Amino acid sequence: MHMADALLSPGTGGVMWAATAVTIFYSARKVQSQLDNRKIPLMGVLGAFVFAAQMINFAIPGTGSSGHIGGGLLLAILLGPQGAFLTMASVLTVQALFFADGGLLALGCNIFNLGFFPCFVAYPFIYKSIVNKKSSSRRLAVGSILAAIIALQLGSLGVVLQTYFSGITALPFFSFLLMMQPIHLAIGLAEGLATAGIISFIWNSRPEILDSAELEKPFASIPIRNIVLIFLLAFIFAGGFLAWFASEHPDGLEWAIAKVSTIHELESPQQEFYKKLENFQEKTSILPDYGFKAKTVPGHDESILLHNQTGTSISGLVGGLLVFICIVVIGVFLKKKKQSV
Amino acid sequence: MSRIETVYYDLGRLDLLADKNTFIHRLDPRVKVVTTFLFIIYVISFSKYEITRLLPFFFFPALLIGLADLPFGFLLRKIALVSPFVLFIGIFNPLLDKEIIFHFGSLQVSGGWLSFISILLRFTLTLGAALILIATTGFPAICMALEKMGTPKIFTVQLLMLYRYLFVLIEESIRTIRAYTLRSFSRKKLRYEIFKQLLGNLLLRTLDRAQRIHMAMLSRAFTGEIKVARNFSFGTSELFYLAGGTVLLTAVRFIDISAIVGKLILEAG
Repeated sequence: MHMADALLSPGTGGVMWAATAVTIFYSARKVQSQLDNRKIPLMGVLGAFVFAAQMINFAIPGTGSSGHIGGGLLLAILLGPQGAFLTMASVLTVQALFFADGGLLALGCNIFNLGFFPCFVAYPFIYKSIVNKKSSSRRLAVGSILAAIIALQLGSLGVVLQTYFSGITALPFFSFLLMMQPIHLAIGLAEGLATAGIISFIWNSRPEILDSAELEKPFASIPIRNIVLIFLLAFIFAGGFLAWFASEHPDGLEWAIAKVSTIHELESPQQEFYKKLENFQEKTSILPDYGFKAKTVPGHDESILLHNQTGTSISGLVGGLLVFICIVVIGVFLKKKKQSV
Repeated sequence: MSRIETVYYDLGRLDLLADKNTFIHRLDPRVKVVTTFLFIIYVISFSKYEITRLLPFFFFPALLIGLADLPFGFLLRKIALVSPFVLFIGIFNPLLDKEIIFHFGSLQVSGGWLSFISILLRFTLTLGAALILIATTGFPAICMALEKMGTPKIFTVQLLMLYRYLFVLIEESIRTIRAYTLRSFSRKKLRYEIFKQLLGNLLLRTLDRAQRIHMAMLSRAFTGEIKVARNFSFGTSELFYLAGGTVLLTAVRFIDISAIVGKLILEAG
C-alpha cells in the first residue's frame, strides 16, 4: 500500500525523504562506479517493464482475488540492489506524478518502503542466502517467496510507523499494525509467487541472464556497518533539523499515545522514549520552535482551538466557505476566459 | 476498458496536456517544482483538526487550472480514483475519536469528523498539486529540473529512459493481454501457469530490447548522458512567479484568511 501525503506530517515526510535521498545518492554513485553504461538502458527499460507488469494480474485459485508483482525483488535479482533501488525509485516517481499514488512528499516514504526493504534487506539477506549459483528451481521459488513476504512485511510496518509518527489518523498503533500485517502477508505471498514464477521461467529458458546477475556481490566494497552508520546520521540530522517545522502539536504523537493509553504496557516506555527524543531534538534543532510558532501562528494549537471554539471557529467556517466559493468563481471565470480566447 | 488501458490513456492525456503553450507551461520547471513542494509542505503542516484554514489553499490549484487551461473534471476523476486507501484509513478517525470539540448551534461535531474532513482536504490539495505539476510541466522537463537541482545524473537519465519506454511496454502488454483474452473466451484473470509464461516472455523480450537499444545508443556516440534540446532559462517571469507564489503561499499559511473574512461578514451582518 502506498503512503499518502494526507496522512503525513512534514517532520516524518522530511525524515523519510532524507533517508531516501541518501540511498539514491549512494546507489547512483555505486552504479556509476561500475563503469558499465549498458545498465542505463537496461534499468530504464526494466523499470518500464515493472510498471506495465504490475498491472497484469493472475487469479489466486479459490479466493476470487488476484496477485501481481511488486517489482523490487525482481529488479534486485536482475540488476543487483543499487540498480534495482534506482529503478524502483523511478517507477514510484512516475506513479506519484501521473497517477497521484500517494503524493510527492509521501514519495520519500514510498520509495523507502517499496524500494529499500526489497533491494537492501530482503534480497541480500534472504534471497541470496537461500539461492546460490548451484541452486535448484525449488530453492529459487522458496527464496523469492520468502524474500517477497519479508520485504512486504517490512514495507507495511514502514507505512504503519510513518502513519503513527505523523499522528494525523486516530488509529492506535497496535490495531493498525494488526490490520496491516496479515493483509500484507497475503499480498507478499502472492507477490512472491509471481516473482518466483517469472524468475524460474527465465532460469529454465535463459539461465545465463541470472548467472550474470549472480556474480554481483551486494556489499562488496562498502561494509554494511558504514551504510547503517550513514543512515543513522541522516536520521538524526533530518530529525533535528526538520523537527522545528513539524506540525505544531509535535507530530501528534502525544495525542496518539493518549489514545492508545488503554494499552498500558505500551504507554510508559513509548512516552519516555519520546520525551528523550524531544529533548534531543530541542537541543539539536537550529531554530527552537517556541517563538516561531507563538508569534506567527496564533490560535493555532489544538488546545487553543479547544478553548475559544465558539466565536472564532464559526466565523472561521463561514469565512472559509466564502473564500472557497470565491475561489471556485475565480477558477470558472479564468477557465471561461481561456476558452473564449 | 481494463486498468492497463485506462493507465495508458491517462499517461497519454497528461503528456498531451503538458504540450500546451500557456504562461504556466512556459515557466522554468525548477520554479514549478519548488513552489509545488512548498505548497504541499504548507498544506500538511497544519494541525490535524484544521479545516477552515485549508480552504483558502484551493485558490492555488484553481488559479493554475484556470491559467494553464487544464481539464478540471479529468483531474478530479483521477484524484477520486486513488482515494480508497486514504478513505479506508481516515474513516477510523470518526469512529475512534468521539470527543466533541465543535458546536454549531445544536449540531455537535466530534474531533474525529473534523480530522477526517481535514484528511480529505489535504488529500485533494496535495494530489491535485502533483497532477497539476505534471500536466503543466511534462515529465522530461521535471527530470531536467531535478538534475539541475542536484539529483544524480544517472538517476534522471534512467527516469527519462523509463518514461520513453513506458509507452512501448504498456502497448506491448496490452497487445499480449488482448491476444490471450481473444483465445481464452474472455477469461478475466490469467491462470498462474499462463501468467508465468506470459510475463516471462515479456521480460525476455524486454531484456533483448534493452540490448538493442544500448547498441543503437552506442552507435550514436552514447557516453552515459542524454542531452535534451529544450533549454530553460531563469528570467523575469520565473522570478515573478517564484516570488509571488512564495509570498502568497506564506501569507495563506500564516494569516487566517477564513477567520478574517468570516469576522467581517458576521460583524457587518
